[in-house]
Amino acid sequence: MLLEALTLQLGYNATLVAIGAALLGIAAGAAGTFLFLRKRALVSDAISHSTLPGVGLAFLVMAALGGDGRHLAGLMLGAALTAGAGLLAMHWLTRHTRLAEDAAIGAVLSVFFGFGVVLLTVIQTVSIGRPAGLADFLLGATAGMLFGDAVLIAVAGALAVLAVWTLRRPMTLVAFDAGFAAASGIDVRRVDLAMMGLVMAVTIIGLKVVGLVLIVALLIIPPVAARFWSDRSDRVLGIAGVFGGLSGFIGAAVSATAPALPTGPIIVLTAFALFTLSMLFAPGRGLLVGWLRHHRQQRRIHLRQGLLAIAQDLPIYERYTLNLLVRAGLARPDGVPTELGRLRAAKACRDESRWAIARRMHSHEATVSRYDGLRPIEMVLTEDEIREIDRQLAEAGEGCA
Amino acid sequence: MGAEFVMLSLVPILIGVLAAVACALPGNFLVLRRQALIGDAISHVVLPGIVVGFLLSGTVSSWAMMAGAAGAAVVAVLLIELIRRLGRIEPGAAMGVAFTSMFAFGVLLLEQSDTSSVHLDVQHALYGNLESLIWVEARGWGSLLDPVALAGLPPELPRIAIVAALMLVFTVVFWRPLKISTFDEGFARVLGMRTNLIGFALVIMAAVAAVAAFDAVGSIIVIAMFICPPAAARLMTNRLEHQVLWSVAFAIFSAVVGYVAAGYGPLWLGADDAVSAAGMIATVSGLVLAIAALYAPHRHRSGAPADG
Repeated sequence: MLLEALTLQLGYNATLVAIGAALLGIAAGAAGTFLFLRKRALVSDAISHSTLPGVGLAFLVMAALGGDGRHLAGLMLGAALTAGAGLLAMHWLTRHTRLAEDAAIGAVLSVFFGFGVVLLTVIQTVSIGRPAGLADFLLGATAGMLFGDAVLIAVAGALAVLAVWTLRRPMTLVAFDAGFAAASGIDVRRVDLAMMGLVMAVTIIGLKVVGLVLIVALLIIPPVAARFWSDRSDRVLGIAGVFGGLSGFIGAAVSATAPALPTGPIIVLTAFALFTLSMLFAPGRGLLVGWLRHHRQQRRIHLRQGLLAIAQDLPIYERYTLNLLVRAGLARPDGVPTELGRLRAAKACRDESRWAIARRMHSHEATVSRYDGLRPIEMVLTEDEIREIDRQLAEAGEGCA
Repeated sequence: MGAEFVMLSLVPILIGVLAAVACALPGNFLVLRRQALIGDAISHVVLPGIVVGFLLSGTVSSWAMMAGAAGAAVVAVLLIELIRRLGRIEPGAAMGVAFTSMFAFGVLLLEQSDTSSVHLDVQHALYGNLESLIWVEARGWGSLLDPVALAGLPPELPRIAIVAALMLVFTVVFWRPLKISTFDEGFARVLGMRTNLIGFALVIMAAVAAVAAFDAVGSIIVIAMFICPPAAARLMTNRLEHQVLWSVAFAIFSAVVGYVAAGYGPLWLGADDAVSAAGMIATVSGLVLAIAALYAPHRHRSGAPADG
């Protein structure tokens, strides 16, 4: 069943929904990257919560006009209107009062959502239209989705992906350095507006699939996960898109296999799994790689200190150092150095003296200031420079015993 | 009117007021410290907490669920710190990752487990059920002095009362460290205060308030009350003492007016059913904030030009 779902053999509608969710995820991951780089990830939370009154109002209007009030495009339009109003209210609060952005976000999201809840109970009270299923917008539900709705979501998702692709350059520039972007002739306010518009579009497309409480996850988690894999913005953008798409696709497919697997939460948990894997295992900034790097560094320092101790005929008390030396064939378990150990120790000691000289020479100031005490001197200085240092070393009569 | 009011409306209004005050008190400091969204995060992670509490205890015993919720709040705070530190991620995004994932986990758990026999669902978690907390035994105002009738009070009322009192005590007792560390963390540290500890205690108190209020009124009021009354109060005055008093006043006003508007407004307008009290209370608190943002004496940043 699961395999069938993942390979798109669960019927036409489920397939369309899965593709739609994947496109939505790609757009969300990419749009979220700009938001994340601009350090405004939680703005999306205000946007998504302020869609609820729009859904309620749109339902009321459509039902009052005589329909059953559940036309998805109409509900999405209503959602867009109040999401826009919420965004404006948030901007106004941060620009014209002394409230910080986080307070404005929280105020807008709770008040708009609260008002939306009031409207939902009004809808239940006035009993027009067919309000069953409106609550699906909270947590998303793809089960029993109409064919037209699935097509709408897939097409809108594709358009959102296209929009991200078109706008990627100015948005990256603004996300990194708004001042520089403005200086190079980019209208930062318009780009910001476009970014918010994109986030709004993703939120509204995602209402039916992921639900308004959880859509922020699809905007936040993929970029955060992608950030572990690269320091380059274009790659982070691409990886976030892939993660978002994977989450949407897997989530929608898995949720189609059983009724007790709600779409929104499954998509979010898939994204969280990708995040956890990235945090643990990503090369570059992952925890495992970081841990390995730390231990490698520790080993190098211990080896170096052990060699210097050998060179000065000092006993080695540190167990770990001795073990490392023995394993490298530089010393015997009782602490007596091997022939190779003596040679390497002499080299280490001579290099230390060379560095001491280099430190006094102004021409090497820049190099020396970055020296970590472990790199072999031949990797940093040229042969001529080393020869010059050795000459001075001989003159000064300094050096290793 | 009297007897009916005591039976149907008195207890929900009281619970609403107490919950609003319990959240608004720590909310003042959260807003000033730019941690307002901690309230948002906590109120989301309460859901997996109560579901786990319910699954472990097997009953809807409120204490088990509250313990679960408190545990979940602590887990969330730790998870946010973990993601922030280990991943070197900015706090907002770390929060977004943690609370959405935990909320999603809670929803999934709820769908997977058999909770059809008990009143536990996502809608309830989001907007509570203030209207249902009626005092069945009440026969009129006289019941307030009748021990038999008092024993039949919904248990949510004493619980939220205790928590509101706890918030008050916390705010009063730790007033000085809270105030100093909020405005000038460096100075607080110079004075020998453990500012990390104070910050953590504040978050824990906020979590306690959120969990208790959530139990009675649902998470949407919790977020609204953490932020809207303190934010509105912030625009009224430059003195923290006055700000806290204003925020309590705004919280009480929102709870009372919101409840009355939700319970009686539709009847006055000719409809037969009430609308969501929790939603209306949040809406009223938003209106209060909107009015404060437009007309309050200290709405501008100090030093900013008058037209913003």
